[in-house]
Amino acid sequence: MYQFAVLQLCDQHSAEDAVQEALTGALKNAHSFRGSAALKSWVFAILKNKIADILRQKKRESDASRLLASHEESEDFSELFNHKGNWNVVDRPKEWGDPDHAFMEEQFWQVFDLCLDKLPVNQARVFMAREYLGLGGDEICSQYQLSTSNLHVLLHRARLRLRECLESSWFDRGDT
Amino acid sequence: MMTSCNKATRLMSDAQERQLSVKERALLTLHTMMCTACRRFGRHLGFIRLAMRKSAAAQRSDDEQS
Repeated sequence: MYQFAVLQLCDQHSAEDAVQEALTGALKNAHSFRGSAALKSWVFAILKNKIADILRQKKRESDASRLLASHEESEDFSELFNHKGNWNVVDRPKEWGDPDHAFMEEQFWQVFDLCLDKLPVNQARVFMAREYLGLGGDEICSQYQLSTSNLHVLLHRARLRLRECLESSWFDRGDT
Repeated sequence: MMTSCNKATRLMSDAQERQLSVKERALLTLHTMMCTACRRFGRHLGFIRLAMRKSAAAQRSDDEQS
């Protein structure tokens, strides 16, 4: 939970505050929850809202410099494709069989989290904001001072990487 | 002129973000008709989005495993 907050806010201080606020808020209402699972969801839901709030606040103060870092990665993944822009033979997506089956396996989710962790931080941040927090593209662009096409480039890269990681770490293990 | 796989995967990713133009959709359809790898990529993207939704819904965070 804390790591998630740090990733989104790129700042340990605000992350600690957000987590703490989420926990205090939840404890106040703890009596109304019967199970710990429900409580956990509740805490996390609060945390997500807090993060979204803080990101909105930060929008004005945010420094453009850390975002320039995103350009440093322009080379990194063209390695999946050859000079014509087509898949290298070894990098071609393989058949995943019945992927939904993986949802039921606890281990799959561990692999999934690992693959998310391996994303470069600027890709991870926008990808999580988009797909996990469910923020809209415009909102993410203004929070991180990205153009729409920058955002789309980062999301494309994140998806390429995540897909590749899931395939090599889970679907193509050869033991299923 | 055939779209490259790199471009096709970008269009598939973009399709999750915005409405593709008629021309883009035509290029993509033409490409995926002929490219098995990119057809799979498209299915995998759908899977990833679904997995993210399930993950968010289940509030699976790192600390849940610790």
